[in-house]
Amino acid sequence: MSRLPRSLSILLSAAIILLAVYPLFGDALFPNKHAFLMQKLTGIMVMAVMAMSLDLLVGVAGLVSMGHAAFFGLGGYMLALLSPEYSAANLWVVLPAALTVVALASAVVGYLSIRTSGIYFIMVTLAFGQMGFYFFNDSKLAGGSDGAYIMVKPAVEILGVSVLNLGDKRTLYYVGLGALVGVYRLLRVLLASPFGRVVSAIGVNENRVRGLGFDPVAYKLLAFTIGGTVAGLAGFLAAIQYGFVNPATLSWHHSGEALVMVILGGMGTLFGPAIGAFVFELARMGFESVTEHWLLPMGMMIIGIVLLLPKGIGGLLLQLFSGRSKMEGGQ
Amino acid sequence: MDIWFFLIQVLNGIQYGLLLFLVASGLTLIFGIMGIINLAHGSFYMLGAYLTFWLLQSVDSLLLAIVLALPISAAVGYLIEALLVRVLYRRDHLDQVLLTYGLILIFNEAQRMLWGGDVHGIKVPAALNWSIPLTESLSYPVYRIAISAVCAALAVGMYLVIQRTRFGMWIRAGASNRDMVAALGINVKLLFGAVFALGAVLAALSGAIAAPISSIGPGMGDTVLIICFVVVVIGGVGSIKGAFLGALLIGLADTFGKVLAPDFASFSVYAVMAVVLLLKPRGLFA
Repeated sequence: MSRLPRSLSILLSAAIILLAVYPLFGDALFPNKHAFLMQKLTGIMVMAVMAMSLDLLVGVAGLVSMGHAAFFGLGGYMLALLSPEYSAANLWVVLPAALTVVALASAVVGYLSIRTSGIYFIMVTLAFGQMGFYFFNDSKLAGGSDGAYIMVKPAVEILGVSVLNLGDKRTLYYVGLGALVGVYRLLRVLLASPFGRVVSAIGVNENRVRGLGFDPVAYKLLAFTIGGTVAGLAGFLAAIQYGFVNPATLSWHHSGEALVMVILGGMGTLFGPAIGAFVFELARMGFESVTEHWLLPMGMMIIGIVLLLPKGIGGLLLQLFSGRSKMEGGQ
Repeated sequence: MDIWFFLIQVLNGIQYGLLLFLVASGLTLIFGIMGIINLAHGSFYMLGAYLTFWLLQSVDSLLLAIVLALPISAAVGYLIEALLVRVLYRRDHLDQVLLTYGLILIFNEAQRMLWGGDVHGIKVPAALNWSIPLTESLSYPVYRIAISAVCAALAVGMYLVIQRTRFGMWIRAGASNRDMVAALGINVKLLFGAVFALGAVLAALSGAIAAPISSIGPGMGDTVLIICFVVVVIGGVGSIKGAFLGALLIGLADTFGKVLAPDFASFSVYAVMAVVLLLKPRGLFA
């Protein structure tokens, strides 16, 4: 993936800085709704992480998954299952443990799914996602269809000293922001690496990649596993935030929403799907506050964007800014 | 297991499978011929059920209500194709997924605005509201047999239309090469609009005839959509024959799953799909 136009990088950095300083001024800007908005934004940043992880599969590797939420949900369920009932879990233990389980699950699902392609891949991942949903929905493992609570947030300690209080809403906000920026940087580095270039090439033309002597299956499997694990991280963070997990987090509705965020934001641009998550969630919030029939304007907005912006919001931004930087270069 | 009980389950499975085939055939037809992944297909199923329920408040006969509901569904389907879907033929499949996802949201909200969030039921018409006794304690409802008969008749009818008529020839030709069909002087736009409307009618009809033995409520279209996707993929996308076998397989798997392992009934359908795709990655009849 090529570098972003400089003006666009500046714009995106400015947006991140704005998010970073928001908690300082939020109280003055929205006196009554500040706490609510900060919580919402935390949730949206976590969803943006999820959308970026899906973009690695859909936009970069060309693997359109309709079961991505299974890994998101599994990450959250691992926290619920590993947390003691009335005391805090140790984050340095539960986070690696949860991510390992999610990575193993995505490797197995990936291994079985990437034998298929196209619409078949969509449906196989959907099937595995639904199997995960019914596994937690029908079994008594973690509360069945009622879901499970995480009573005490995990403790983050270094040498016995608490360094982060995850019960604090503002701290959690910055954890979400850190995850957003960190995962974006990580995926960027990954995509610029030789591995990332092969994965991007597979997304464009798998046969040529095979012709060049690479084994696409291995690369796709690793990309699928990384994507699933990052989604698991997002689910883990969401479970910390809400203190609750339920089977709906694994359902195809949730996978579908993430896919909409990716397509809306612009596939393969990485920053686009993150923007897509913000647009989707903020639009939902806005419409919900105006009318109880918010699905109607939401559906119209989605249809409008498909018809008017074939490459999504990210594609539009790239077009706008690369055009301008070319002109600047010309002069 | 008692042999009669077993027979009843087989009949139930076949009846559910035939109904699924009716919905899934439209989905696979639209994908095979037009290359469109139509997520809103389940919404037409819902539309058929709700229209029938609504019309029954003014007319007495279920048959009449269904007959009136079908042209409305066809018109809705045609308009959606002409106004929205038509723009996306040359675009990526994912754009179609996103557009039809938007349509699902609109359909679901429109349903809630027009008919509310309650769950409704329709009475089985009196003429068909009796059962064939099998043993002293077991009997089989005639309405279910009627559903199977209607679905089977339509399956045969569809086969004849597609294989033996000029319209069917256009459809088959359009599926393999739409540019060539257009070059031969056939109005492809009209043909595609007709196929889309036909798909909508098949889904709406299924929703309408299934309404008396199931319930009408919010979200009913989404559930059907997912199951139909499973059917279409098992059979091989675009294959009517595959959809038929896939539907029967899923109908029986779901019915027997519910009887033998009630806790894992929903699981069984997806497990069948996973196994089929692992053995045949492109479905049974790709």
